Amino acid sequence: MITLLVLVPVLFALGAYLMPSDRLRPRLLSVAGFVHLVLVLWILAHPVPITVGAWIGLDPLGRLVVLVVSLLFFCCSIYGLGYLRARLHWGNRIFITCMLLFLAAMSLAVMARHLGLLWVAVESTTLASAPLIYYNRNRLSIEATWKYLLLCSVGIALAMLGILFVAYSILPAAPISLQLDDLLAGAASYSRPWLRTGFAFLLVGFGTKVGLAPLHSWKPDAYGEAPGMVGALLAGGLTNIAFLALLRVMQIMAAAGEIEVARQSFLIMGGISLFFAAVFVIKQPDIKRLLAYSSVEHMGIMVIGVGIGGIAIFGAMLHLVNNALVKGVLFLAGSNINRCFVSKRREEVAGAIAVVPASAALFIAGFLAVTGSPPFGVFISEFTILRGVFSTGHFALGGYFLVMLAVIFIGMGSTVLAVTLGPPSARANKGKYRDTLLSVGPPLFMLLLVLVLGLYLPEPVRTLLTEAAGVVGVIR
Amino acid sequence: MESPTNMLLLLIIPINFFILGSSRLGACIRTTALQGSILALISFLMHPVSGHTLFLSGSALALKGVLMPNLLFRAIRQVQIRREIEPLIGYVPTLILGTLAMAGAFIFSDYLPLIEAHRGSLIIPVGLSTLVTGFLMLTTRRKALTQVLGYLIFENGVFIFGILLADAMPLMVEAGILLDLLVAIFVMGIIINQINREFSSMDVEDLSSLRE
Repeated sequence: MITLLVLVPVLFALGAYLMPSDRLRPRLLSVAGFVHLVLVLWILAHPVPITVGAWIGLDPLGRLVVLVVSLLFFCCSIYGLGYLRARLHWGNRIFITCMLLFLAAMSLAVMARHLGLLWVAVESTTLASAPLIYYNRNRLSIEATWKYLLLCSVGIALAMLGILFVAYSILPAAPISLQLDDLLAGAASYSRPWLRTGFAFLLVGFGTKVGLAPLHSWKPDAYGEAPGMVGALLAGGLTNIAFLALLRVMQIMAAAGEIEVARQSFLIMGGISLFFAAVFVIKQPDIKRLLAYSSVEHMGIMVIGVGIGGIAIFGAMLHLVNNALVKGVLFLAGSNINRCFVSKRREEVAGAIAVVPASAALFIAGFLAVTGSPPFGVFISEFTILRGVFSTGHFALGGYFLVMLAVIFIGMGSTVLAVTLGPPSARANKGKYRDTLLSVGPPLFMLLLVLVLGLYLPEPVRTLLTEAAGVVGVIR
Repeated sequence: MESPTNMLLLLIIPINFFILGSSRLGACIRTTALQGSILALISFLMHPVSGHTLFLSGSALALKGVLMPNLLFRAIRQVQIRREIEPLIGYVPTLILGTLAMAGAFIFSDYLPLIEAHRGSLIIPVGLSTLVTGFLMLTTRRKALTQVLGYLIFENGVFIFGILLADAMPLMVEAGILLDLLVAIFVMGIIINQINREFSSMDVEDLSSLRE
């Protein structure tokens, strides 16, 4: 049943590639997104326990991530109906085919219970998304694609090396198996030096894809040059997939009794990410790059949550959901502003609220949500993580965390308010774009979801989050 | 550890230095192909003959020794370049860095205890120094094509470690990994072409408008 999650997008990708009409193809994308989402919901409603030793299976963590990815993809595909129709002359065969392959690769990564398969899936997400970043086909997007491809490929090669090291650490005690259950069962007897070195490589490798500082340098370029809907999928889908891979590594380290090493490294990486995000958010002149640094920040927060453990892991899981949805809101709304002004530079865009009121309002609301203002969900998840930080006695880290959040709030706020409020700049309407239901509906829907998550956590969601957190660590 | 494989592994090191020190792209590609072929041979020699071994070393030879060098040669024919012009760090400093890294690799490999069957093997130091060679190529060269070459050498380094574990990696995963590598090189080739068309050179230095 769960193999359908991979097969369906692949079949749709084939269909999209063969389909002759550029006009109809975006509809196929939405249909695929819808079918995928329905499948995911059906699977979530009828969860099958994983078969021990199987190569694929959906554990609670996988279920959570696939739900987020599928939801985000569906919203982006609806947004794509309007966006791609407006750019029909640009062609969309490769774009839509790659979008669907990207979805298939992400679904495969989520259900992989074999490190080799996980690696193949994560690498495939890189390859499938590279052409998406190149969609605009200009100098800047080539540069961004090149950096993205090279950095992520090298990162993923390092992760391969890490997997090989972990595999070698099993020798000679037992026959090597990279299947996750086998790894977890035997982890206690593994050779420490190999396991630790392997962990370091895996952290750097998958960390590059998560975009943790200082390995994040592909992120601002890729997010900045990719179309908004791709940026949303990178920030809310791809990075979460890589984060999931990191959590798998964490599981192995925990089973091997090396959890402290993993935790400390996570806390350090998270701390550095917050710092880099804060430094580059201030005076950031480009709204999409601004969102990229915000993504660095939030991946850092999630990593800190996992590093702290206990209740903070629950917070990190909730944050994973919130961050993905809010990034969807911001990227799509930001993309609308970009389409209206044909610029994403702070000095060229001003007063968006007078020209595209709905998008600008969504952008401001998204900014408030992403910086952790109540009553949005991000506030709850950040608060939960902070509670974990303080209750485990990491007072210095907690203080640092709060200061960085405040700096980022001010830094982001100045740019966001500058582009949205005030009298419209001369470039307004240059793109002949008007808010439509298709371009405003999807981000509005996601914003409402984040709002709901902030006000009230439905019981099934809470159960899923608790179970997912339980996979990573014991809730104390 | 049988000595023929160690002899072959020792061959990898001068190849690394040659690639680090050479400015002619054609020679670099050929040497990388040679390196890939030697690795395929090593993986064949280190394991008992079986369908699995044959598949692994055969596909490694086909991909690393033949297919990818051909793709790269086609790329340099299309874009008409022969040499790497002034790398960011000169050839002599990169060679010195490479030597230091190799010494470091030999020291570091003591820290990783090998199991009985592999004791005395040079796999770890050679693998690590190949990784560093690839990394140096990736970071110090300006041509997009040399960076792809660096990526290939980097992958060769990973492959050397993979040889230790060839029994353990199920066939499908290996096939997937090799395929991913091929596609990665292919996509990079396409982008090199696009860079060339857009910027009329393949200098990564031109790719520097995106920065803070």
